[in-house]
Amino acid sequence: MKELKLMKGNEALAEASIRAGADAYFGYPITPQSEVIEYLMFKQPEKITGMVVLQAESEVSAINMVYGAAACGKRVLTTSSSPGISLMQEAISYIAGAELPCVLANVVRGGPGLGTIQPSQSDYFQSVKGGGHGDYKLITLAPATVQESVDYVKLGFELAFKYRNPVMILTDGIIGQMMEKVELFEQQPRITEQFDWATKGKVRGKDHVIVTSLMLQSEEQEKVNLRLQAKYREVEKNEIRYVTYNCDEEIDYLMVAFGSCARISQKAMELARAKGIKVGLFRPQTLYPYPYEAINKLASKVKGILTVEMNAGQMVEDVKLAVNGKTKVEFYGRFGGMIPAPDEILNALETKLIGG
Amino acid sequence: MSEIIKPENIVYQKTKVLTDKVMHYCPGCGHGTAHKMLAEAIDELDIQYETIGVAPVGCSVLAYYYFDLDMQEAAHGRATAVATGIKRVMPEKYVFTYQGDGDLAAIGTGETIHCCNRGENILIVFINNGIYGMTGGQMAPTTLSGMKSSTSPFGRDTKTMGNPLKITELVAQLAGTYYVTRQSVHTPANARKAKRALKKALEYQKLNKGTCFVEIVSNCPSNWKMTPVESNKWMEENMFPFYPLGDIKVPQQ
Ligand SMILES: Cc1ncc(C[n+]2csc(CCOP(=O)(O)OP(=O)(O)O)c2C)c(N)n1
Ligand code: SF4
Repeated sequence: MKELKLMKGNEALAEASIRAGADAYFGYPITPQSEVIEYLMFKQPEKITGMVVLQAESEVSAINMVYGAAACGKRVLTTSSSPGISLMQEAISYIAGAELPCVLANVVRGGPGLGTIQPSQSDYFQSVKGGGHGDYKLITLAPATVQESVDYVKLGFELAFKYRNPVMILTDGIIGQMMEKVELFEQQPRITEQFDWATKGKVRGKDHVIVTSLMLQSEEQEKVNLRLQAKYREVEKNEIRYVTYNCDEEIDYLMVAFGSCARISQKAMELARAKGIKVGLFRPQTLYPYPYEAINKLASKVKGILTVEMNAGQMVEDVKLAVNGKTKVEFYGRFGGMIPAPDEILNALETKLIGG
Repeated sequence: MSEIIKPENIVYQKTKVLTDKVMHYCPGCGHGTAHKMLAEAIDELDIQYETIGVAPVGCSVLAYYYFDLDMQEAAHGRATAVATGIKRVMPEKYVFTYQGDGDLAAIGTGETIHCCNRGENILIVFINNGIYGMTGGQMAPTTLSGMKSSTSPFGRDTKTMGNPLKITELVAQLAGTYYVTRQSVHTPANARKAKRALKKALEYQKLNKGTCFVEIVSNCPSNWKMTPVESNKWMEENMFPFYPLGDIKVPQQ
């Protein structure tokens, strides 16, 4: 049954994992996302859907538990925040290399180092450009609302199994901590399918299943890489998602922002439009695959683009790649846990783009 | 000749739980025998189709080619976490890890202790050869005091390099372990005893009483720079006094 509720982002994400029919959650507490495991432990989904919830001794252990369970063909997820996600990188690379499906969520906080527990978007590069070792890609979804945090858990599992690839929900402390109205999707059944690629005990008459990312012969390892690259091209063809605001009309300027920063930028856009500035907003919902083409098209019709982020300028590099010199690209960011206010963004728009 | 090759005349054959792949282990290495004992134990219990194994990073990284079982390759040291993930979503399966001393007792110490402490119902097979075999003979946490390795070329100096770690005694202290034993496979009699221990440990998994931990003190002729025979003698004279064979924790009746 669908349900309308007022919920905190982290708790909504946790509830969504139960409803998505997840088989297991493995995690380790870290602010600002500990409510995920707290909620799950309190809800005891094992008694309702059979979903396992386990607090591991570290993020390293948690993500390796994810690996083991995912390789059995189960729906598995973990969540953490920046330092914990850093610890998980080795196993994320193994998961990508062994082509296992799973959902990860990073409720980003400011860094580097222990940083701050306040919200940030400074793990964009880590999520989109690699993070772990080797040539791999994480499908990266960036929710801007509590609703999207919920929906992306379900979508995340769909994409993870469609492509047998890890999916990262890159959210932040604002969305994790704020309360909003959400429509919760109805309870999904748990997986019953027996996948050929999954370890489940050798099937009589069939070859034993081996889950590995090791190919000692470089010719074989190159083949693995070529297969991964072909898969990533498919993902890039099929899975780009974004929303635009006022971009269908005549505009002089464009702002690009993701996640909670896009919501603040939306307010800044309204302030600017009230002053007569013709500006639109572009919000990528998938950070990988990135909507290069859509941004490139819009670049043709504007005098300049302002990228707004809660970091020192990460996604702006992709915006520049997309724009490819067609128009001016400027950046405005706050970082270390600071959140830009709409009037600051408006000011950046006026001084960096219009005045500059 | 051909008339005597009949099923009723068979006195020995390779267990079907091992594949026909040629093992890459050095001549005289204990890994091969340990594999065989584990495979025979699984065969004799008739649980080949209900078993999922986890290979480590180390010389036995390719163990998944040799066991005709569904297997996963774990990152270095993380086998017990991977096995936890498997067992929690497949509680009805038999799950084991097979790990060297660097894997289990150095980089994976945390995972080992917490897996045993949670009492995950899995079997941990721990091959202790006192050295890092795969990477060319560096010092392991289990390297004996005074023992030479490529990173302790003048012998392990316990003052600066730490002491050899008896992780098996350590995990035996934990409430989560059910059966903890130390075996070897360097003689037929010892190999048979080790197989009995492995069999028991697998059987116990159905009781859901906790982790079973079977250490196998083994050799590494290549990196100990000895012949296989010399290495077995050296093991008896030097490893066994510090890592004595026998049960360390047995189920309370
Ligand atoms: C994260 C990481 N660090 C280091 C290594 C390199 N490495 C591979 S095997 C190994 C040691 C293996 O020794 P052990 O576990 O004792 O097994 P053996 O080879 O002796 O059977 C090391 C250090 C690695 N693969 N991954
Ligand atoms: S290097 Fe040592 S442990 Fe590895 S296969 Fe050779 S003898 Fe065995």
